[in-house]
Amino acid sequence: MKLLKLVPDNTNIKFLRWRVPFYVISLLLMAASLGLVFTKGLNLGVDFIGGQMIRVTFTQSAEAPVGPLRGEIEALGYGEPIIQRYGKPNEISIRMKLPEGADHDSGLSDKMARTITADIKAKHADARVDGVDSVSGKVSGELWHSAVLSLGLAALAVAAYIWLRFEWQFGVGALFSLVHDVTLTLGLFAVTQLEFDLTIVAALLTLIGYSLNDTIVVYDRIRENLKKYRKMPMPELLDLSVNETLHRTLATSLSMLITLTALLLLGPGVIFGFTAAITLGIFVGTYSSIYMAAPILIWLKVTSKSFVPTESQLDKQERMARERA
Amino acid sequence: MLEFPRWKVIWLWAITLLAALAAAPSIATVMGFTIPAGIYAPKVNLGLDLAGGSHILLEADPSQVRQQRIEGMDESVRNKLKQASPDIRISDISNRDGALTFLVEDPAKVDAVREAILPLTNGAGLTGARDWKIEVIDGNRFVLTPTAEGIDLAVAQAMETAVEVVRKRIDALGTREPTIIRSGANRIVVQVPGLQDPQALKNLLGQTAKLEFKLVDTTALQSDIQRGIAPPGSEIVPYAPGKDGGPVGSIAVKRLGGIRGDQLTNAQVTNNQQTNEPQVAITFNTEGGARFAKLTTQNVNKPFAIILDGKVLSAPNINEPILGGSAVISGSFTTQAASNLAISLRSGALPVDLKVVEERTVGPDLGADSIRKGMIAMAVGTLALVAFILAVYGRFGMYACIALVFNVLMILGIMALIGTTLTLPGIAGFVLTIGAAVDANVLINERIREERHRGRRVFQAVETGYKEASRAIFDANITNVIAAMSMAAFGTGPVRGFAIVLLIGIATSVFTAVTMTRMWVAQWLRKARPTEIAL
Repeated sequence: MKLLKLVPDNTNIKFLRWRVPFYVISLLLMAASLGLVFTKGLNLGVDFIGGQMIRVTFTQSAEAPVGPLRGEIEALGYGEPIIQRYGKPNEISIRMKLPEGADHDSGLSDKMARTITADIKAKHADARVDGVDSVSGKVSGELWHSAVLSLGLAALAVAAYIWLRFEWQFGVGALFSLVHDVTLTLGLFAVTQLEFDLTIVAALLTLIGYSLNDTIVVYDRIRENLKKYRKMPMPELLDLSVNETLHRTLATSLSMLITLTALLLLGPGVIFGFTAAITLGIFVGTYSSIYMAAPILIWLKVTSKSFVPTESQLDKQERMARERA
Repeated sequence: MLEFPRWKVIWLWAITLLAALAAAPSIATVMGFTIPAGIYAPKVNLGLDLAGGSHILLEADPSQVRQQRIEGMDESVRNKLKQASPDIRISDISNRDGALTFLVEDPAKVDAVREAILPLTNGAGLTGARDWKIEVIDGNRFVLTPTAEGIDLAVAQAMETAVEVVRKRIDALGTREPTIIRSGANRIVVQVPGLQDPQALKNLLGQTAKLEFKLVDTTALQSDIQRGIAPPGSEIVPYAPGKDGGPVGSIAVKRLGGIRGDQLTNAQVTNNQQTNEPQVAITFNTEGGARFAKLTTQNVNKPFAIILDGKVLSAPNINEPILGGSAVISGSFTTQAASNLAISLRSGALPVDLKVVEERTVGPDLGADSIRKGMIAMAVGTLALVAFILAVYGRFGMYACIALVFNVLMILGIMALIGTTLTLPGIAGFVLTIGAAVDANVLINERIREERHRGRRVFQAVETGYKEASRAIFDANITNVIAAMSMAAFGTGPVRGFAIVLLIGIATSVFTAVTMTRMWVAQWLRKARPTEIAL
C-alpha cells in the first residue's frame, strides 16, 4: 500500500532565511489586531457588559427577519436592540440593556424578556425562543476581570513550564508565540464582530494549551539537535529541526483542523464563534511554531552550550559512526 | 518498551473495556432505548444548556449582615446593662456608620461596662481574632466595631442557613432535581432542569419572609409621618403595596416591645369567611405562642402592625388576648402571593436578602438540536480523520484509529462514572479531543519512520520511536492540562464542562494512543516478525 506523504522526504526549505520579513509581517499583523481591538472594539456579549440576550431560531425561515424585528422590538419601548445572526442565518441573538432599576428588582428584566418573546411569537409563527440570559453589571464586571486574569496566568504558567523543561529562551519564545496566536485571534473577533462571550475566553484558554503542541515538537527537536550537532550554526540547525519535524507538524495540525472544520460547518450554531476561535488559533499556531517560536532563539542567543551535554548511549554511537565516516 | 507480559495485557484490556462499558447506558439512551429500572446504569448528565432549564445566581449583601449584627449588638448591650446592678446609664446610642457607639454617663463605670460587654463577643476563625473590636474614646464613649473576621464568619453562617431555606422553598414548589450550591463567599447558584419560566421561583426566593409584630405608635401625628419624622423610640414603616400596586402610605410603630414571627410550626393559605380573600393562617410553637400571648395580653385594645420584610401588611386592633398560639395574617394578597408567603414562612426566614444577579434560561429544543448537530459533526469529523490517518500511516494508522474509538468510549464512560455534566462546549471538547488524540500517534509514527530511515531495524525503530516521542507528547499534554485547569478554575457551568471533558480526554488519550497502541504494535511485531514496515 502506498502511503500519503504530506511533504517529500528530505525536504529542506530555508525557512529561517525569511525570518526577518516574516517577523515584521507578524508584528504588523499583531499591531493591526491590537489597533482594531482598541478602535473598533470587541463585540462583547452580555457575559461581559451585562444586559439581556434572547436567542431565537426561526425554524421555518431560511433567514431571520432581522429588519422587521428591529422595528418591532424598538416599538416595545425598551430601547434599541442589537440583533445579530450566529451560526445559521435563521438563528439570531437579540441583546438589550437591562431596564432601569433591574439591579434592585430582577422582576423588571423578566418582564422585559416576557414582553419581547411574547411579541416575537405573536408576530412570527415559526419563532422558537432558545434561551434568555440576564446578567447584571456587577457579575459581568467580575467575569471580565477573571477572564483577563485567567488568560494571563495560564499563558505565564505554560511559559514557565516550557522554561522549566527547556531553557529560559524557549520559555520566552513560547510566551511570544502564545501572545501572537491569541492576539491574531482577538483581531479576527474585532474584524468580524462575532460576539465575544465566555465561551470565547474558554477557546482562547484552549489555544494557550493546544497551539503550543507544535512548538513543543519543534523545540524538542532543536534541543536534541543542539546536543547532536555542536558546531552547526544556529540558523542552519533551526532549519534542519523545522524540516525534520515538518511532516509531523503538518499531520498534527491537519488532524485537528479536519475535526474542527466538521464542527464549524455541521456543529451547533451556538458554539460557532467558539469553534472559529480554536480553528483559527490552531492554524496560526502552526505558522507561529515555525516562524515565531524558532527564530526568536537566535536573537535570544541560544547555543549548543545552553544545554549541558547529556549524550545518550545511542547518540554517542551515532556521533562516533559519523566521525569515522 | 515492547515487553507486554500476560498480566499486563489483561489489566490494560480490563481497564479499557470497563471504562468503555460504562459508556453504554449513555449511548443507549441517546439511541432511544430505555434502560430497565433496577440495573446500575451510570449516565452522563446533560448540562442546562443541553437539557433546558433555568440557572439563577443569587447574591447576599455582606453590608446587610454587618448592619444586622450591629443592631443585634445594640439590643444585647441595652439588655445587658439594664440587668446590671447597680444599673448603668448610657445615652447617645447610635448604630449607624458601621459601628455601635454610646456614652457611659458615669465615667467611673467604664470598666464595669467593658466587663459586661466582653462576654457578648466571641472568637472568630482559627487565628484567635474576636468578632468585635471594643474601643473607648474621649474617656467614656464606647465604639464597638464588627471585625472583618467576625463579618466573614457571620456571612458564612447566614449563607449556610440561606442555602437550606432556599432548598426548602424550591422543594415546596415540587420541581425536580434542583441543584443548589454556594458559590464564593456570598452567592448561591440555583439550577433547575426543565424549568422554563423562572418568575415563580424568583418570587419565592426574593422574599426574605421576616415576619414581625410591632405595636403601633398612636401618639405619632399624621403630618409628621408624612414628612418621615417618627416620635422618639419609634420608626416609620411603609404599607405593602396593594393588589393594584398603588402607594398606600406609612405608619409609625414602636421600635421595641414587638416580637418576631419566626417561631412557627405551620403556615397555610385559608380563605377569609367574610371577604372570601386569601389569607395565611400561622401556628406558633410553644415559645412563640407564649410570647405572642404575652404581647396581646398586655396590649388589649391597642393596634399592632404585622410587618413582612419591612412592609406593613395590616394593623388590626387587638380586641382580646390571643392565647391559642395561632393567628391569621390578612392583607390584600393574591392567591399566588398568599401561597408564596405560606411556603416562605414554613421554610423559615432567609437570614439575609437575596438578589438575583444572573439568570439564564435555555429552551428545551435548542439542546436536542445541539446534541444532534454535535453528533453529526463528530461522526463526519471522525470519519474524515480516520481516512486521513489511514492514508498517511497505513497499519500504524489503523491502530491509532482503533485507539480513537476506545478513547471516545472511555471519556464517555468516565464522565458517567464520576457523574460530571456534558455541556454544549463540552461537545466541542469531545471533537477537539478526537483531533488531538491522534497527535500522539502522529509523533510516534513519524519517529519510527525517521528511525527506519536512519537504518535501525524494525523492532528497534519501533522501540526508539515510542521512547523518543514520549517526551514531546508528555510536554504537550502538560501544557494542555495547565490550560484546561485554569479554565476549570475560571469558568462556571458550560465552560467548566468543557474543561472537564478536555482533562478527561487528555488522560484517556495518553492511555489509548500511547499505551494501548504500543501493546497492539508489539503483539503484531511478535506474531508477524516483519522485516520491513510501511511507514
